[in-house]
Order: sequence, then C-alpha cells, then structure tokens
Amino acid sequence: MGFLPLALPFAELEVGQHLYWQLGNLKIHGQVFLSSWVVIGALLAFVLVGSRKMERDPRGMQNLLEFLWDYIRDLAREQIGEKAYRDWLPFIGTLFLFIFVCNWGGALVPWKLIHLPEGELGAPTADINTTVALALLVSLAYFYAGLSRKGFRYFEYYVEPTPIMLPFKIIEDFTKPLSLSFRLFGNILADELVVAVLAFLVPLLVPLPAMFLGLFTSAIQALIFATLAGNYIGEAVHEEHH
Amino acid sequence: MTSWLLLGATEGGLFDLDATLPLMAVQVVLLTFILNALFFRPVGRVVEEREGYITTSRAEAKQKLAQVERLEADLREQLKEARKATQQLIQEAEQDSEKLYREALATATAEANASREAARREIDAQRESALGQLKGDAEKLGDLIVDRLLAAK
Repeated sequence: MGFLPLALPFAELEVGQHLYWQLGNLKIHGQVFLSSWVVIGALLAFVLVGSRKMERDPRGMQNLLEFLWDYIRDLAREQIGEKAYRDWLPFIGTLFLFIFVCNWGGALVPWKLIHLPEGELGAPTADINTTVALALLVSLAYFYAGLSRKGFRYFEYYVEPTPIMLPFKIIEDFTKPLSLSFRLFGNILADELVVAVLAFLVPLLVPLPAMFLGLFTSAIQALIFATLAGNYIGEAVHEEHH
Repeated sequence: MTSWLLLGATEGGLFDLDATLPLMAVQVVLLTFILNALFFRPVGRVVEEREGYITTSRAEAKQKLAQVERLEADLREQLKEARKATQQLIQEAEQDSEKLYREALATATAEANASREAARREIDAQRESALGQLKGDAEKLGDLIVDRLLAAK
C-alpha cells in the first residue's frame, strides 16, 4: 500500500491480501494457518508443561491450568446446565482458549518482523474464514447436542411456547452463526486496523492505549464467543418442564 | 479503499471465503480432541479428585469431632460421678472416725468412772475398817486407862 510516502516497515497496512497456498485446486490462506499453528503450538506447549507433573497439592503452572479449568467449567456449567455441561466442556473450553490465544497472539507477537511474499501475519481470528468456521462448528454442536439428547423432540423447541415462534426460531439458526462470526471478525480486525493506522500515523506511544484496549476487547470477545456457544448448546439441551 | 472490501468477486479481499474455512474447522475439532486429552480430562480428574478428597476429609473430620465431643461428655460425666463418689467416701470416713472417736471416748469415760467408783468404794471400805479399828483401839485404850486409873486408886 504505497499511498502514503512515509510508510514505515512495521506499520504497513495490508488488508484483504492473502498468502495463497494451492492445495489441489483449492486455495487456502497460508498466513492464517501459519499464525494459527504458532498460537496452537504455544497453547499446547503451555498445556503440556503445566500438566506434566500434576499433584494433589498444585505447584507452579498447575495452579494456572486449574484456575483456567475451573473458570471454563463455571462458564460451561452456568450456560449449559448441570446435566449436560460435562460433554461440552472440552468444546467450550477449546473455543475460549483458541480464540483467546489467537486474539492475544495477534496483538502481542511481533508478526511484522516476519516478512511474507504476500499478505501479513496476524490474529487468525481477523480472517473471516476462521470465525465462520468456528461459528459453523457452534451451529453443528448445538444441533448435535439437541438431537442426541432429545431425538426429534428437539424440534419441539421451534414451536415453543407457541407455533408463532417457528419462523423466528428458524431465522435464529441463521443469525446465530452470522452474528457470532461477524462479531468476532469485526472486533479483531477493527482492533488490528486501529492499532495499525495509529502506528502508521504516530509510531510511538500513541497506539499504546489502543493496544491495551485491543487486549481487553480480545479477551472479552473470546469470553463472549464461548459464553454464547455454551448458551446456544444449553438452549438446545434444555428440557421444558410441562 | 473500497477495493479492500471485495466480496470475493476476484481473488483477495476481506470476505474471501475459500478452503481455509473447512480446514480451519477440522483443525479446531482436532485441537478440541487434543486439548481434551492433554488438558480438560487430566486437570479435571485432578481437580475433582481433590474436591472429593476435601469432601471426604471434611466429613471424616466432622465425624471425629462428634466422636470427640461425645467422648468428652462421657468423660465429664464419669468425672462428675467419681467426684461425687469421693465426696461420699470422705463423708462416710469422717462419720466413721467420728463414731469411733465417740465410742472410744464413751468407753474411756465409763472405764474412768468405774475405776474411780471402785477406788472410792475401796477408800470408803478401808476408811470404814480403819475407823472401826480405831474405834476398837480407842475403846480398848479407854478401858485400859480406866482400868489403870481404877487400879491406882
């Protein structure tokens, strides 16, 4: 993007450009996978180191892991309910952790130091493919949760409390993944853009508040995504008391 | 600027959906299973084991505390009874010794009275006999005097 002459190497804006990898006749966004492998690697390394020697009296990293587990369990239990949350705890937790490390990885890792031939590295969640993938997984998850728990009685949910709700409930099935994916995508992309534009205009100090705000919204977005996913699953498995 | 927002009409753009989507979904599902095996299951097991351990130890401690309280009450009761028994024993002993003392005193007094009486009676008897003897002696002496006086005349 050469429309400003003062383009600094670490503050270049490249939006909507991708590093394409060819897979057969399919195209994938290489930069998304590269950065996602980095953050997944970091997450797995953290988990592996923390859970290496677990004892009844927790020490060191085990405390942090247990705190995380407890936090995720409370989240899942609150949203899904006492009966079914155990089955969905890993899914909700993975969503939360993956989105969280993606968002923070995008903000904290100095990706700009690595030069790609095309596109740039950043938070994997700033790519619409990632967020749509996550949102569709949530849709599949809540359909699966409802159908496996209640069978075809799951579809009673669409006509409760009255059949008038039917069209709205059907529309909801489309708006849920749409809002999930675009909320996450928009927030993370906007954060990266704000920081990039500020760094582009005033490289020193001025972007810092926006960066801190970005860290905050990143964490919040991960929490919102996981909470809503849990909430949708909880709605699907909820038993009406007649 | 508007060229950023190409809606997938040509290559590139913000909303460029392609095979990244399903691959990312597969990746996340795989990550879910890996994290379940490495993180959620083991950590959950440790945490729940600890919670179970805490619950059982707490219940055990409560049970032990109840036992201790029961034992304490029991011992307190025993102690009270023992104190009462001791008190009674002491009282009985005191009464016994009092009785013994009184008896001994009574016998001693009676003996003393008896021996004093006997002594007095003996003294009386001896005085009586002494007086009698004296009287006889005096009469004999008187007679002797009278006889001597009369004979001298």
